Formats: sequence, C-alpha cells, structure tokens
Amino acid sequence: MIMPSHGKPVSTVPLASLLGGTRAQLVRVDAATGVRARLVAMGFRPGVEVRVVSRSGRGPFVVAMDTSRIVLGRGMARHILVTPLAEDRPQK
Amino acid sequence: MDEAVESSGKAVFPAAAAPGARPPAAGHLRVALAGNPNSGKTSLFNHLTGSHQHVGNYPGVTVEKKEGTCTRAGVVLDVTDLPGTYSLTAYSTDERVAREFLLHERPDVVVCVLDASNLERNLYLTIQFLELGLPLVLALNMSDVAAARGYVIDTAGLSRLLGDVPVVATVASRGAGVEALADAVIAVGTGAHPIRPIPIVYGDEVDEELAKLTALLERQADRLAPLPARWVALKLLEGDPPVRQHVASRCSGAEAVLAAAEASSRHLRSVFHDEPEIVIADRRYGFASGACREMVRSTAETRHTLSDKIDAVVTQPWLGLPIFLGLMYVVFFATFRLGEYPMHGIQHLSHWLAQVVSGLWPAGSESALRSLLVDGAIGGVGGVVAFLPNILILFLAISVLEDTGYMARAAFIVDRWMHKIGLHGKSFIPMLIGFGCTVPAIMATRILENRRDRLTTMFVLPLMSCGARLPIYTLFVGALFPSAWRAPVMWAMYLVGILVAIVLAKVLRATVFRGEAEPFIMELPPYRAPTLRGALIHMWHRGWLYLRKAGTVILGVSILLWALTSYPRPPADVAGPSADASGPSAAPVQAQAAALEYSVAGRIGKALEPVTRPLGFDWRANTAMLGAVAAKEVFVAQLGIVHSLAATAAGPGAPGLEVALRRSYTPLQGIVIMLFCLLGLPCGATVAVMRSESGSWRWTLLQWGGLTALAYALAFIVYQVGSLAGWGGMR
Ligand SMILES: Nc1nc2c(ncn2[C@@H]2O[C@H](COP(=O)(O)OP(=O)(O)OP(=O)(O)O)[C@@H](O)[C@H]2O)c(=O)[nH]1
Ligand SMILES: [Mg+2]
Repeated sequence: MIMPSHGKPVSTVPLASLLGGTRAQLVRVDAATGVRARLVAMGFRPGVEVRVVSRSGRGPFVVAMDTSRIVLGRGMARHILVTPLAEDRPQK
Repeated sequence: MDEAVESSGKAVFPAAAAPGARPPAAGHLRVALAGNPNSGKTSLFNHLTGSHQHVGNYPGVTVEKKEGTCTRAGVVLDVTDLPGTYSLTAYSTDERVAREFLLHERPDVVVCVLDASNLERNLYLTIQFLELGLPLVLALNMSDVAAARGYVIDTAGLSRLLGDVPVVATVASRGAGVEALADAVIAVGTGAHPIRPIPIVYGDEVDEELAKLTALLERQADRLAPLPARWVALKLLEGDPPVRQHVASRCSGAEAVLAAAEASSRHLRSVFHDEPEIVIADRRYGFASGACREMVRSTAETRHTLSDKIDAVVTQPWLGLPIFLGLMYVVFFATFRLGEYPMHGIQHLSHWLAQVVSGLWPAGSESALRSLLVDGAIGGVGGVVAFLPNILILFLAISVLEDTGYMARAAFIVDRWMHKIGLHGKSFIPMLIGFGCTVPAIMATRILENRRDRLTTMFVLPLMSCGARLPIYTLFVGALFPSAWRAPVMWAMYLVGILVAIVLAKVLRATVFRGEAEPFIMELPPYRAPTLRGALIHMWHRGWLYLRKAGTVILGVSILLWALTSYPRPPADVAGPSADASGPSAAPVQAQAAALEYSVAGRIGKALEPVTRPLGFDWRANTAMLGAVAAKEVFVAQLGIVHSLAATAAGPGAPGLEVALRRSYTPLQGIVIMLFCLLGLPCGATVAVMRSESGSWRWTLLQWGGLTALAYALAFIVYQVGSLAGWGGMR
C-alpha cells in the first residue's frame, strides 16, 4: 500500500508484474531524473491508462498508451508503479 | 484569422506582408522543423525544399540538423530539419542537437510538426515551444492517419486556444498541405500574422514561485537573452541541469538566483509530495488533454489496430527470432544471388569497353595513356562498379526494413541478446545500418542515451560487413570456392564479424566502458506500407553515392596505384631477353611479372612481405591492402589493376580476374585475406566520422589500431593453423 498525494490508499504494483493484456493506471515513475523526464515526455504521466501488449519471457515489455506503443526494458518496467484496472484479465 | 485555417488544410494567408509588418531581412526567413521523433519532419522538409534527406519509419532517423532552401512568394526560406525530440529537456545526443538549435539559434519561424494521430503527447512538446516564445506554426501531420482512426480535429479552435498560432493539416508523405504551410510560415515570419503569448497556468502554488523567480531573473533579462525569463524560471524549478549551468555562468549573483530556485523547489516538494518537475509536467498534460477533449472528436473506437495484430506475431518470443533470421536470409539471398546476373553483365561490359579502348592503339603499344585508361581506370574502377547491382539491392532491402517500421521491432527482438553483452536493443539499429555502410551507422549511435553504450557500439560497428566488403567477399568466394561452398563461406564471413563484435563489445563493456546498463526505452512506430517512390529514391541515392565514390576516391586512388604499379619501368637487363625476342608466349608474362615487382608498388609490397608472410599475403595483396586504407573497395580495384597490367602483357585470351586469383591464392589464403579486410583497417571515412562523433582522437586511433591488431592476430592464427592442418598454404 502506498499513499499517493491525494491521500487515498491504492494498491500499486510494478508494471513488470502485470500479465499480457492487463490494463492499469499509472501512479508514478521511480527513476533517475533524466530517465523520468524522458518517460513523462513520452506520455508516462500519473493517471494515464496503460496496457501491456506483450511481454516475452525475460525480454522487454511492449506497452500501449494513448495511440503509442512503447518498448520498456524489464528493469525499467520494475520502476513504473501502476494500479491494475479490474476488468480484463487479472494480474498474476 | 481563424477562418484562414480550415480543417481541410487549405489555409490561405496573404502572400504579401500586411501594412506595418516587419519585413524579413533581405527577403530571407530562417525556418526550423522541430517536433516529436517520427512525426514526419524530414518528409515535410523534403517536400518543401526538394531535398532527398533520409526518411524512415522509426524514431531517430534524423540525428543531425540538415539544411535546405526554397523560395515561396518571393521569400527565400532557409529551412533546417532537426532531429526529433520528446521534450526540451534533452536526453540523448540527437535530442541535444535539436534543443541547442532552438534555444540558441533562434530561427525566425519554427514549424512544430505534430503527429495528429497522437495529439496529446505531441501538444506536450508544443506547449514547451510556446513557453520558450518560439514563433510557431503548427503542422498537424499524419492527418490521414488521424482521419483513418476516426479523429476529427478542429484546427481553427486549436489555433485559437494556442494564441492564434497557425495550424495547418498536412500529409507530409504525399506533400499535401505543404503550400498552405509555407504560406503560414511566411505570414508568421514577416509579422503579418501576430501570435499572442499564452501563459500556461500551473496552479497557484507553482505560479507563485514561478512569479518570484521570474522577477529575480527579469532584472538581468539581457544576460539571458534570447531565453525568456519565465521559461528559465520554469526550467530551474524543473531542475534542468544545462539551464542551471547557463544561469550560473551568465548571471551576476547567480548563487542567489539558484538558491531561490532551490528554496522554491523545496517548498513545492513539501506541498505536493512530489517532484516539481512532475507537477509541472502534469499541468502541461492537463492543458494538452483539455485541448484534445475540446478540439478532437473521436468517431470510432480503435483499440487493436492492424499494427497490434502484426506485432502479436512478430514480437512473439518464439516466433520473433525465426522471423527475423528468415528476413535477414532473404535480404542477403537477394543481394548476392539476384545481384549476380547484372553484376556479370557489368563485368562483361567493362571487359568489352577495355577492349574497345585498347583497340584505339596499335596492338602491342606501350602507350602510357592506353595503360592508364585500360589498366588503371577500367581495370580498377570497372571492377568496383560491377558490384553496383548488389549494393542497390542491399540498400533497397535495408530501406524497406526501415520504412515498414520493422527496424524498431528488430531492436526489440534482439534486446535480450544485446543485454548479455551489456548493451540494449537500440544499439542494434546502428548495427543493422552498418551492413550498408559504417559511416551512417556511427552517426546513428546518437540515438543512444549513454556515452559508454555509444562508444562501445561505435567501436564494434566496423565489424559489421558493410557494402564495401561485399565486392571483396564476392570476388574471392566466387574465384576460390566450388559453388556448393560459396553461400556457407559468405555467411561465415558475416557471422564472424558479428561474433567478433559480440565478444569485443562484451570485453569493452567489462573494461574501458564499464558501467550500469542504460534503461531500454523505445517507441514502436505503427507499421506502414513502404512507398515505392521513397524506397527507390533511397536506393538511387545510395547507388549514386557509390558511383560517385567510385568516380572520385576510388578512381583517384586507382590511378595512383596504377602509377605506382607501372613505374619505374625496369631497365632492359631486368626485363630479360624477352623484351626484344618473339620467343615463347610465356616470356612476356614473366617479363611483366618482373616489371610489376620492379615498380614502386611492387617494392613496397615486397618490403611488407616479412610482416604479412605469416598471414599468407603476397606483395599484390599487400599493395591492395594499403589502398584499402582509403576505402575498402580499392582492394578489389588494385587486384584488378595488377591483373590487368599482367593480362595486357599476356595478350588477348588472357584469363579473367577470377582465374588469375585462382592461380595466385589458395582458398585458405582467400579466407585470411577476407578476414583481414573484415576486421582490420577501418576505412578513411570511418576514421573521420569516428573522430567527429567520439570527439576524441584517442578513441579513434585506439579503434583503428585495436581492430587492425585484432585482425592481424586472428588472421595469423587462422593461416598458421590452417597451413599446419594442410588446408593449403601459400601458392
Ligand atoms: N501516413 C502518413 N505517413 C507519413 C506522413 N508523414 C510522414 N510519414 C511517414 O512517417 C515516417 C516518418 O517520417 P520522417 O519524415 O522520417 O519523420 P521525422 O519526423 O523526420 O523522424 P525523425 O527524423 O526520426 O525524428 C515515414 O515512414 C514517413 O513515410 C503522413 O502525413 N502520413
Ligand atoms: Mg527526420
């Protein structure tokens, strides 16, 4: 459990733990300033809805957001915190 | 002005400057094209200026600013195409180029090129441009894609919302909307179309701190010029390191300003429980999404596009790699097998040309001019030009990979393997380009964010068998190996380069370029059908570069090598009794062989023999190798020259170059020569671009020396082991 700025407790998990097909809402990006700024500029801002398009065994993730498709290395996906959205398939 | 811009993209602006407008300096306007990566900037640039700059469907195609001009309505537009950037806080080298240009060159008009099918994120950057006070024109590009996805964009409304910035819908790949865009550019540039500044509201807390800092900075606005004080204040709150440095170096009392910025940041952090940078980004996105809600109507819900369906197969873990390898096989099969027929055709043509030119002189003539033309120019350059078809096919294939969007998928697929050598998938894009030519490949490493990743990748790029290695391989493999062996040997050469690159990268990453691996982040562009026109233009462009190189560098070096190989002529006693005798037909051949060895090149080649004998090179290979220092193609040219000189002496009916090679070299020698050309002696152009991109002679010379030493060592081992095993030593 994490207390985001608006104070409501929300269960957040790393994006890396989501299964393919899951939708989630982005909470925050835990990364060094430069990388975070890049991710934000690419659209990874708090509140945005992301969907895991595919994840390969131990390779990178493909994430859909707005109309873009973005590849994230596994390490990166561990540092993006999200709250899974109920519908679709559940998280593992 | 709102009625001037319509969603059809047919914006009409008065061509002549309105009364009282500031006239452009001498009818010139400096125009820059900027925007998100892969939004179509270069496509627009090409249509505006009639250029043929490289367009491709992946982010990071343009990594250096490119210039062009055009004249519209009597105004000369000096247009600069910039690399794409996600924000004004630059992260990678190519982004830095764009940022520096926009901040410090201050163009008269900046065309912000947006991908209309992904408007919200693209507006995020546009807002930053507006805040910087850039005189903007918005090109809503990819409006065909946006329409296909069911988006209807109110361009007039968007314009009004952004302070009357002209908004023009375009389809850059077809050139639609380009004229209207040029009109809007001139209207803004001449001042005929004024733009109203719109402050973005960041909320009371942020705005308050922003106002405080802006007031501090405004006192020395002239020192910050041309950067607006409010923008600098914003960037200080965001903690942008280059802006902090800029302030520190320019402003008097910089410490006080930076301390104030620090205090403001701390205050905001305590209020929001978050970095000010995130809060600011959030508000910008708030504005962008508000604009989209208001101005974009979505008439269709498209969740899973065709691109997603293709990706479900192509990026699937178990299918992705086989598909990738299959595609690579098709590329090389086409390059070598389909290229073979026109290649033989050109070889016959140059043979025929040599005979025709030769026929202008009486038989047996010793004319130096005849020898220069036939042996030097046709024998040298002709051999290189013969490979034009293969080069064209190779570049066509690379261009299709780039245009479809598969390039980025390939980077995704190999990421797992690249990680094992301490790099990530994005390094693979330069590597693929490197199979065409090392020079653009080294440039392409600008898309890498981290200097260690970049240097490591640059270092191993010459090991990707480039288009200039292809003639060498084809020549030797064709001459020395039975047909069943040719394809495997050719594959082996490419594979050896890749394997050595892998090992070398791993070693470099563990030693000189040690450090954390950079996180892998890359956008996957939607798949697009490659346009025939685009692919052909690209192929033609590369083919033309190859021919131009053949006609300049290679011709020049060939003539030099021809002279070195022809002179000095041996005195009669060295040439032997054959000079005047009409003895057995072998005599002139022997005399010619003696003459070749007597020449400067022969002597240099002979002098190098003690060094290269352990590798199985003869003096001819030595001189060819020396020529290859300038450009790899020269290797083939010099062998052609030596052979041509020898064949002229032998008279008509002399065997072709392939037969001559078969007489001179064993397959083992052939392999070692190919191996050395692959691994060693990066060409002159590579050295030059490595110097400018690494910014250091040290790395450049280390690369040159290191790769050449490696080539020597491996060639030595292969030749010695091969000879001992009895696979054919020196002939
Ligand atoms: N459908 C469509 N495709 C376009 C349009 N404009 C450009 N493209 C395609 O989009 C891809 C990217 O075009 P570029 O002109 O290279 O984009 P860029 O902004 O210069 O990209 P970078 O240099 O990588 O930042 C290419 O495949 C173009 O053919 C357009 O209006 N509609
Ligand atoms: Mg470009």
